[in-house]
Amino acid sequence: MEHKTSLKRTGLYVSGTNPVNMIQASFYNEDCMIFDMEDSVPLAEKDAARLLIYRMLRDHRPVGKYIIIRVNGIYSEYIDEDLEAAVRAKPDAIRIPKVEYENEVKMIDEKITRIEKEAGIEEGSIELWCNIESYLGVLNAYEIASASPRVVALALGAEDFTASMKAQRTKSGQEIFYARNAVLMACRKAGVEAIDAVFSDINDVEGLKADTALTKNLGFDGKTIVHPRQIDVVNSFFTPSVKEIKYAQRVLEAVEEGKRLKKGAVTLDGGMIDKPMELRALTTLAQARAAGIKV
Amino acid sequence: MRLENTGIAGTLESSDVMVTVKPNPASGIDIQIESSVIAQYGDEMRETVKSVMQEFDITDAVVELQDKGAMDCVLRARAETAVCRALGVGFNWKGEDGK
Repeated sequence: MEHKTSLKRTGLYVSGTNPVNMIQASFYNEDCMIFDMEDSVPLAEKDAARLLIYRMLRDHRPVGKYIIIRVNGIYSEYIDEDLEAAVRAKPDAIRIPKVEYENEVKMIDEKITRIEKEAGIEEGSIELWCNIESYLGVLNAYEIASASPRVVALALGAEDFTASMKAQRTKSGQEIFYARNAVLMACRKAGVEAIDAVFSDINDVEGLKADTALTKNLGFDGKTIVHPRQIDVVNSFFTPSVKEIKYAQRVLEAVEEGKRLKKGAVTLDGGMIDKPMELRALTTLAQARAAGIKV
Repeated sequence: MRLENTGIAGTLESSDVMVTVKPNPASGIDIQIESSVIAQYGDEMRETVKSVMQEFDITDAVVELQDKGAMDCVLRARAETAVCRALGVGFNWKGEDGK
């Protein structure tokens, strides 16, 4: 789709109730804007949020952003009309809250396909992000991620997950460590992107840095954020440093040299380069290019 | 369509507009605007409201706008919501197809 960007380092929620937030958010540096019809919208304003998001995206779609609409829950009374509006707004993706089973993805996929046909939108063009927000979602993460070709990302929701586990949510995140890894492995197996949970204390920059360092080191592709002040911190962790870029380039040069000389094993700085190192180097350079760095 | 009830949508926050749609039996469309940019955008705002009334086939209504600098798409969304609320109907999403 023409509006898509390949970076998904940061996804900023924007409430469907608030025009000024929508306008302001389009000027920040987040990669993904998530227009929200769910938690940030009071029950009495669901109808207004649908129309506001629809009209805003039809007439003033933000340029250079990956556009997501989060609809209400699969079993809520709002889901059908949310999808009617969301599909016709033609976002890059629709984000489905609290997905727990493969068949839920298939059900949503069928509904989207029907609306795409009715509205004359290319079938299959709207992607799906599935929120994993319960132990059932974590346990079924791979089946969810591979339930439809539309699914391109799983996003962990830590607050609801910990509630489903009867766990306490902490800043250190020990209670979600297994869930993070389980979702990541499911994403890697299914070949979709993995988006980490929100760090909700918007005033704790050091806490956000520590949490995002873990997010990055575990292997996530990005993180959902709740406030514009979190954007630059999170983006910085997902943008490769000059040192990382240079090292990645050296790894790939060594691999190419090895191929040219038909070497069975390739070394760099005395250490052997294996396939995972080559893949990491390719990822680093892809992230750098996506962030606008010339490599 | 005939309006029997009042519908309100929007807020008085910056970049928004509060739209109130009221019955106005056999008296046409009466648009009343409060806005600091009425001199620059008043005509456009009236056209947008008229277009929404046509979309719902409403010929008689009082439409009050308390504008706080809303973009045209925001005004349209709020007016459509207010009319749907006044009529007690959902928005006709299929009517958007092909537009």
